Amino acid sequence: MMRKCRGCGFLLTLLFAAPLLAQTPAQSDGLTQAQINARAKAQNVPEIPFESVPNFLKFPADLYMGEGIGVATNSKGHVFVYTRSQETRLFEFDPKGNFVREIGEGLYGFAFAHAVRVDPQDNIWAVDEGSNMVIKFNPEGRVTMLLGRRPEPADAGVATPAPGVSASTPGPYSFDRPTDVAWDPAGNIFVADGYGNSRVVKYDKDGRFMASVGTHGAEPGQLNTPHTIAADAKGNIYVGDRGNSRIQVFDNDLKLKAIYDKVGAPWAVCITPGPHQYLYSSNSNPDTNNAELGAVTGEIYKMELDGTILGKFGTAGKQLGQFSTTHEIDCRNENELLVSEITSWRVQKIILHPSGK
Amino acid sequence: MRRLWIGNASAAALLLAGSLWSQIPEIAYDSAPNFLKLPEHVYLGEAAGVATNSRGNIFVYTRTGSEFATTGASRTFTHGGSRLFEFDSNGKYIREIGQAVYGFLFGQAVRVDARDNIWVVDRGSNMVIKFDSGGRVLMTMGRKPEAVVLAAGRGAGRGATGAGIPGDNFNRPADVAWDAAGNIFIADGYGNARIAKFDQNGKYIQSWGSKGSEPGQFDAPHSIAVDAQGNVYVADPGNKRVEVFDNNGVFKTQLSHVGAPWAICISPGAHQYLYSSNSNDPGSMDNGEIYKMELDGRVLGKFGRAGKLIKEFGTVNAMDCRNPNLLYVGELTNWRVQKLTLPAAGSSGGR
Repeated sequence: MMRKCRGCGFLLTLLFAAPLLAQTPAQSDGLTQAQINARAKAQNVPEIPFESVPNFLKFPADLYMGEGIGVATNSKGHVFVYTRSQETRLFEFDPKGNFVREIGEGLYGFAFAHAVRVDPQDNIWAVDEGSNMVIKFNPEGRVTMLLGRRPEPADAGVATPAPGVSASTPGPYSFDRPTDVAWDPAGNIFVADGYGNSRVVKYDKDGRFMASVGTHGAEPGQLNTPHTIAADAKGNIYVGDRGNSRIQVFDNDLKLKAIYDKVGAPWAVCITPGPHQYLYSSNSNPDTNNAELGAVTGEIYKMELDGTILGKFGTAGKQLGQFSTTHEIDCRNENELLVSEITSWRVQKIILHPSGK
Repeated sequence: MRRLWIGNASAAALLLAGSLWSQIPEIAYDSAPNFLKLPEHVYLGEAAGVATNSRGNIFVYTRTGSEFATTGASRTFTHGGSRLFEFDSNGKYIREIGQAVYGFLFGQAVRVDARDNIWVVDRGSNMVIKFDSGGRVLMTMGRKPEAVVLAAGRGAGRGATGAGIPGDNFNRPADVAWDAAGNIFIADGYGNARIAKFDQNGKYIQSWGSKGSEPGQFDAPHSIAVDAQGNVYVADPGNKRVEVFDNNGVFKTQLSHVGAPWAICISPGAHQYLYSSNSNDPGSMDNGEIYKMELDGRVLGKFGRAGKLIKEFGTVNAMDCRNPNLLYVGELTNWRVQKLTLPAAGSSGGR
């Protein structure tokens, strides 16, 4: 079988080198490039002790949760869960996790859940990346404001531009797979928009367009999947720029102020209320269930608003107290977080013991 | 060439609008908050159609729920997506009509005729469905395409877009109206740019119009109304005009000074009025005002603007003016119906 083959040595070299190039250890601990990208840059971060409350949410016997996409609490401690079930659905639970009711059954704007948030007046806001809509419910569960519009179905006979096609200059009132919503103390509305448009849009409290920031890219002020958003008491806007593995902080007029890039890919951020506010951010493991990346991701960081890292907790995994692609965090209570997970179809109630107790 | 022409036309329209603007009185009006009371677990979606019957009951045809598809052996079939609700004159929910009816796909309009029959126009199924006042199907016009049709003009009306073959099926119909004799006029529609006339038994009589911007043509006839003399008013928002035809489709005049008329209605009675909504495009908050006119097009006043608050409008798609001083407007982007009260004719116009 031995044959003369000019250049075979070179070919063999290439054959062996190609996989080697892709997996060349770049650090002494043998990490792949993908692992390095996924891993947060922060070092020597103290671990915050915590526990997860078993079986916190009690579902009726004939009701099931799907992907844990959104979770939020209102001022009375009621818990709202926005889930991709057979259809996208919104459920309300009491503070003990008992099922209260469903909101928005069969709603025109429910297509593919992405986030739920509750504003200071206890209005419930659902962000749906399938219908391209942000839907505001009053506390009674009735629709009171809408942002964006669900595209007309293809068989309605009108050419609706496909999402992303006309996104070079997105219109003031159209979203392309929006991801999240936040409000400043004046009630102005900030929408993270989103997978298609790489921008954040500001509206006044009546839903009139005010400003917009961001284009697709990796430069400061640019965004690559703005996936989660939160506002502090001064009206600064914290944008989880997931694709760029950084949190970008904008002032209330959407001018870039700061970049925090040591906490991995921020899938979910939240800011606590009160005089001393904290910022939580989840470096969630990818929803591909990739074990290699899951080994270096999954933790949630606690930070000061200036980006100083105070601690972290959690790892990727399916056990109670582990996280399976955290998608939204509620931190109305600084030490009692609610965490919704995509790949485990659940919401966990997490009790933190930051003092070590 | 075409672009230049459009530029000139809009410049002329701007001049005209500018000169008229200061002279158009604002009509004072109110909106009843949370007028329609829906049962628990029932929600409105886009309020594509709204109409009242002789008792003041209100019918709302809404795009709600999700249109869904089932896969057959080789074709995909669509169902659902729109619902028809009835309320009493106080906004109290009475019932749903036509649950899971075959032709409810993408609601476009509902109108109530002189005998209180309820007519639904569905742009997704290409059908016009007549219910009796009890809510049972009396007559159907057009036919739902058997399987998913992604491009207008295939499987609906057989003509190419804008053609409108006489007597053929509809292609994305938009609205329906009747004359005093009961003849049926269908605005057909986004696909065919024509008006089709049928007798009261649904027998085809004639059809007129084609795609274009000349007098008698339509970009897409979107809303239609008939006055007591049988004249036919066709809202052609793409050409920013209301075209008026006689009962046999002969072009009479066009009203080009009230913006893009998404929705029109004509009040009954001895002195009839024409209302027309210059609705905002769903992607903007421009325009949105509603005009009140004499049938000859003289503007008596206007009111409202685009927005999301009460008394503001989110792409009005339908208006009912059975009572000229009590309007119901259905909005697409605000998912609601507002009940508007206007000052009676002769009283002060506000300001």
